[in-house]
Amino acid sequence: MSIPRRQFLKTAGFGIAAMAAGPAHAWESKAPDDPLGCLVDVTRCIGCRKCELACNQVNKLPEPETPFEDMRVLDAKRRPTAGAYTVVNRYYPGALDERGQLSPTFVKIQCMHCQDPACVSACVTGALSKKENGTVHYDASRCIGCRYCMVACPFEIPAYDFHDPLTPQVRKCTFCLERLEDGKMPGCASICPTEAITFGRRSVLMRLARERIEGDPARYENHVYGEHEAGGTSWLYIAGQPLAKLGFPAVPDEPLPRRSETIQHALFSYLWSPAALFATLALTMKTLSGSKKDKE
Amino acid sequence: MHHPRPIDRPFWSPGVLVMLAVMIAGGAALAVRFVYGLGYATNLSNTNPWGIWIGMDVASGVALAAGGFTTAALAHVFGRHAYEAVTRPALLTAALGYTFVAIAVFVDIGRSWAIWKPIFFHNYNSALFEVAMCVMIYLSVLWIEMIPILAERWGAKIPLLGRLDRGLSGFMWIFIILGVVLSCMHQSSLGTLMVIAPTKVHPLWYTPFLPLLFLLSAFAVGYPMVIVETNLATTSLGLHDEMEVLAPLSRFTIVTLGLYMGLKIWDLLRRGALPLAFDGSLAANSFLVEVGLGVILPWTLLLFPSVRRSRRGLFFAALFVVGGVLLNRVNVFLVSYRPQTQTIPYFPSIGEILVTAGAVATIMFLYRVLTTHAPVLSAPKQEDMAR
Repeated sequence: MSIPRRQFLKTAGFGIAAMAAGPAHAWESKAPDDPLGCLVDVTRCIGCRKCELACNQVNKLPEPETPFEDMRVLDAKRRPTAGAYTVVNRYYPGALDERGQLSPTFVKIQCMHCQDPACVSACVTGALSKKENGTVHYDASRCIGCRYCMVACPFEIPAYDFHDPLTPQVRKCTFCLERLEDGKMPGCASICPTEAITFGRRSVLMRLARERIEGDPARYENHVYGEHEAGGTSWLYIAGQPLAKLGFPAVPDEPLPRRSETIQHALFSYLWSPAALFATLALTMKTLSGSKKDKE
Repeated sequence: MHHPRPIDRPFWSPGVLVMLAVMIAGGAALAVRFVYGLGYATNLSNTNPWGIWIGMDVASGVALAAGGFTTAALAHVFGRHAYEAVTRPALLTAALGYTFVAIAVFVDIGRSWAIWKPIFFHNYNSALFEVAMCVMIYLSVLWIEMIPILAERWGAKIPLLGRLDRGLSGFMWIFIILGVVLSCMHQSSLGTLMVIAPTKVHPLWYTPFLPLLFLLSAFAVGYPMVIVETNLATTSLGLHDEMEVLAPLSRFTIVTLGLYMGLKIWDLLRRGALPLAFDGSLAANSFLVEVGLGVILPWTLLLFPSVRRSRRGLFFAALFVVGGVLLNRVNVFLVSYRPQTQTIPYFPSIGEILVTAGAVATIMFLYRVLTTHAPVLSAPKQEDMAR
């Protein structure tokens, strides 16, 4: 075997090894300190869909096909869509009422406003951002419509204007950002007749959740959903059953951006690995090919 | 060695007419997408936001264009000049391939007119941002590398082309190396894309080694792709088979494909995911076809010198490698992608299939146009060989 081939393999191997062993920096959370959030107490929800109505009005969403008063929509499981940023679903997780009938549990779903959102990490242009007040904010003017945020979201929340040919947007709960900035509560929290949605600082909400669970352990599952899920979320849930039985996807505790950002930064901070590879290849070319002029 | 020259074969063959028909159908489907929107033209949904335009046109397209940088590295960087006969057709395929990757992205993103925005709005945390920038720059590099070929034919007629060619010739080595570096960057980052979605990607494919697997499989598929397309081109144009270049080229594939296979199997064993391959599900079977027919079989075949020396044997071994990497990309982006709230599995619509088929036909059509009129291929004609 001729020397250049051995050289080829050796140099290629070196390049790969160099790329794998880059200067890895420990990943750091960019989560805001004590953001605003909401605590949803699933045991208080009566499935009245008023939150859906308020959301529709605040965000100026299109009128739904069936009115918000029509409870028959609860017969099917729904997901948030481009025209409805929050939806209530009804489950029968097994609990019986006083007459021995299966008693329903209602769960509102919307964007969880993660502390370290996968969508924000994924977004090519930074159209999605995590604001200091906790909101995961979408800026349509930067969006190119690649939909990587939808691929990345572990709660499978963002929806898309698939029927707009030129100016579609990613659609999800806005946390009623404008109302928040005016010092008001989000639409859903302010309309809820049973105070199933409590708005406030995340630390306060965590304390409230713990108090409610400890105050009535028979009523609640001993778990605050969103405390650790996906590295923590601004929206928190407590319920009488495991949330997995109420249509919530299984989500790891590790913040989702951690792995991919660690890989990206290990390989490409200061473009060190491309620069090293370029130098290696240029040296190889000079050594093996002699003058670049005699190529042809 | 024969010097590359335009192939003066009659252009309008029945095959070219078929390509033209597929291109027209794809164009019609494209019009539907831009008039009525993605929702009307595709089967994309909130649970499956990416379809074959990303999984095949972009991800597989980038992988199968790897012949461009792998042959350039071999012949120009590592000085194996014997392989120069295949660098020009491989470069042309890569230039056309990446052009259509860019077009596929333009068609797939909802706001096509905003495609330039990543140049000004950066998110360094996003693997897709890096892919976007690399593909954009690499596409320019590929067409810069094409300039000498185009100038050789049209440099006298188009003064600007001739001037560019003369001006760039001293710097061409920079672009050749840059092409290899950019390719290594985005080939691996395409694999990083799915690392952010551990809850959606089937465990047979989900691993933090995805970027390295994507890079190694790109190395592995480069030469097989050159072997396949050279065979197709020499057969359909009635040229000499170039086996004296292709057979030795395939020996590198034993190493690169072997490395890819080794890492893939080691990673599966490490994670204990291998038993899942035998549960009979669609994903499991797709995995078995990908690894069995697309990696292990061709790797074993290529070990035999008799296979490497036989035109038919080499062609089919290479075709299996190409099919295996294509299926790998489709598996990673589509088959393995199963969100927990998914109710209807994704299958491409007629419109999506037509656009993809139209893009492939257009690439082949342009390859034919450029090999007919520009000095790309160097294989002598069969009738000249006989003389």
